[in-house]
Amino acid sequence: MGVKHMRQIAIYGKGGIGKSTTTQNTVAALAALGKKVLVVGCDPKADSTRLLLHGLCQKTVLDTLRDEGDDIDLEDVLKPGFGETLCVESGGPEPGVGCAGRGIITSINLLESLGAYTDDLDYVFYDVLGDVVCGGFAMPIREGKAQEIYIVASGELMALYAANNISKGIKKYAETGGVRLGGIICNSRKVDNELELLEAFAKELGSQLIYFVPRDNLVQRAEINKKTVVDFDPESNQANEYRSLAKAIDENKMFVIPKPMTQDRLEELMMEHGFLGM
Amino acid sequence: MTLSKVDMDELMAPFPDKVVRNRKKHIVQKDCTESCQQIEANTRTVPGIITQRGCCYAGCKGVVVGPIKDMVTITHGPIGCAYYSWGTRRNKIRADDNTPAEDLYGAMCFSTDMQESDIVFGGEKKLAKMIDEIVGIFHPRAINICATCPIGLIGDDLGAVSKAAEERHGIQVLHYDCEGYKGVSQSAGHHIANNQIMEHIIGKGTDKVDGKYLVNFLGEYNIGGDAWEIEKLLEQIGYKIVSTLTGDSAYVNIRNMHQVHLNLVQCHRSINYIADMMETKYGTPWLKVNFIGIEATIESLRDIAQCFGDKDLIKRTEFVIEKELAAVTPEIERYKKICNGKSAFAFVGGSRSHHYQYLLRDLGMDVTVAGYEFAHRDDYEGREVIPTIKSDADSRNIPELHIEADQEMYEEPHIHLKMSKEKYDELVASGKLGNYEGMYPDMVDGGIMIDDANHYETEELIEIFKPDLIFTGIKDKYISHKMGVPSKQMHSYDYSGPYTCFRGAVTFAEDVANALSTPAWKMITPPWDKADIEGGE
Repeated sequence: MGVKHMRQIAIYGKGGIGKSTTTQNTVAALAALGKKVLVVGCDPKADSTRLLLHGLCQKTVLDTLRDEGDDIDLEDVLKPGFGETLCVESGGPEPGVGCAGRGIITSINLLESLGAYTDDLDYVFYDVLGDVVCGGFAMPIREGKAQEIYIVASGELMALYAANNISKGIKKYAETGGVRLGGIICNSRKVDNELELLEAFAKELGSQLIYFVPRDNLVQRAEINKKTVVDFDPESNQANEYRSLAKAIDENKMFVIPKPMTQDRLEELMMEHGFLGM
Repeated sequence: MTLSKVDMDELMAPFPDKVVRNRKKHIVQKDCTESCQQIEANTRTVPGIITQRGCCYAGCKGVVVGPIKDMVTITHGPIGCAYYSWGTRRNKIRADDNTPAEDLYGAMCFSTDMQESDIVFGGEKKLAKMIDEIVGIFHPRAINICATCPIGLIGDDLGAVSKAAEERHGIQVLHYDCEGYKGVSQSAGHHIANNQIMEHIIGKGTDKVDGKYLVNFLGEYNIGGDAWEIEKLLEQIGYKIVSTLTGDSAYVNIRNMHQVHLNLVQCHRSINYIADMMETKYGTPWLKVNFIGIEATIESLRDIAQCFGDKDLIKRTEFVIEKELAAVTPEIERYKKICNGKSAFAFVGGSRSHHYQYLLRDLGMDVTVAGYEFAHRDDYEGREVIPTIKSDADSRNIPELHIEADQEMYEEPHIHLKMSKEKYDELVASGKLGNYEGMYPDMVDGGIMIDDANHYETEELIEIFKPDLIFTGIKDKYISHKMGVPSKQMHSYDYSGPYTCFRGAVTFAEDVANALSTPAWKMITPPWDKADIEGGE
């Protein structure tokens, strides 16, 4: 077997949109397809791998760094999850103190120096906190780390506003590095005309709506059981949806430098396609 | 000495147009036929220019609060900030009646030594723990915490940490939000330090200080023992210094500073805020003095005596002047033979490039180029320009205290000076009290006054004026050495001092004469000329 090409993917999106849930379900589906995946949680809350690990990661990279100093073993922070996935959480300070952004930078550098990025990996997923509030949260797309980004959005104005804003950040790093937007993932909120609006929005960015994930309470039920849907109820329709999303990402060939729009144009889109126009 | 006109366009030819427009406003060649020429100051340094300036933290910790000898001053940040501000200014301290040797912390360096994980998780807990340890080990009377750049970025709440520590330990814990990036130079740090000292230390002391003529000596940092010379001289005449700010000063004395009759201000730039605020709050009048230079010292002594108007005091002043002068004149005359007719540059501080002109003049030397790193326009042009100085976003970023007259402790200025209102008004009319005329009136005709000078301009001006000696800081010292011009480090006096008053003038004269008569400087080929000789590029 030759050296595989490792795809590094960062997932961004408005806080609360369902990034972690979507990421973990997609990763679980990819794992079920036989892919080797590493998930790097880049949120101080350290809840990006809970469904894959069937519970919260007990020891984050930064906690370990604080407690153990420089003497850290990869095994201390890298935990095996569902479907032979590998899970790691950056962690970070409690809300309101220190510098979470610097924490992400420190943590990713440390993972690299510890040799977490092995050749047998097919995918590395970075699940990044809410908006890209400072340089630290852009770390996964800087310096040639993640080359692909997917933005999770819905038909709500604020979700699209955040997605557009994130696109500005991607554009900045796309011009200096190699990062590209792979598409928009709609995590449906059952907003009227959501599919049309998201398709138009993605097109306006010069990208694509790579998948429309319908809303299903099964996702919440699986979450309460600390599992992904693919793990909790593999035969369900929603598990199929996530498998389709995973397949779409696996087969994706469309990688673009996004063309973020003005606030006026974004609102215009809402008028044309979204519920504002109704 | 006649100085030819400098072609500013030629001097600035290598600069881009935008930089020329900026820098031209910061350089003035004195023209006696004109009234005071305006100079731009206290604005941002052009990015990319190698400036002489320091940072806000340097101004707060390094200059103002660091020298307070009985307070532990913590540098909250990575170790470099603490290390490079540790002892570099040679602010000497010693034990005295109010402060025993075990309460002296001036030789020590305290820092939280912030590491990467402290930056990520926040430094508040580490700082609080350090305060507990310091109290446990040293039992200081009070503690200062100075912020550095990363602390401002991660938003550690120093106010909350200090307040909690005060409650835990029952001593004052002051914090200074003097992150290095604040303001345009170290001047911002002086202002922040002045505000905290004024608001939280001055006026809190309740021990009555006795003495007929009580003064504070503001803006004197005791480099190489400067303040001790001044203290000896003033005590001979009959004054009592309640506290200096801040050379060899003690927290316990600063608390009683409000009890004085008169504030003496040496470094106008770093401390005029407190002089002003004390006048508003307590009615304490202030007088600008200068004890650098024999003539300047004599004038300052006479001015102080006039402020009290007491005949005996005036008589004692003249007696001391005569005695001191007789003791130093032969030696000064000897050194003057070496120094006479020579010229110098002075790039130091926000007041000292002015002060040292007096001392050099005593030795028959002229300052042809004088510049300040961090002065404001009033330090060049005099305080009358203060109302015309436009505030900008950078200056508004530094908080101004709104001080009102203290209901219990305020007394009219003439009562402080124990004189009638009429007599006090006469004194005010003489223009001495509460006033500073700036450096401009004392510049030689054709001399260059330069604000925030940079390496390029310094080198060009050395080529044009060919000074015999340069007084500057560590950043320019070795450039000037390589050009074959001796240079003295005026932030620490290298290893010398004191330079104040009569005896200090002799020490200074000796150092200057030594520098001027060292043959080594004439034998130097600068490294950039050596390349040709050695067949380099």
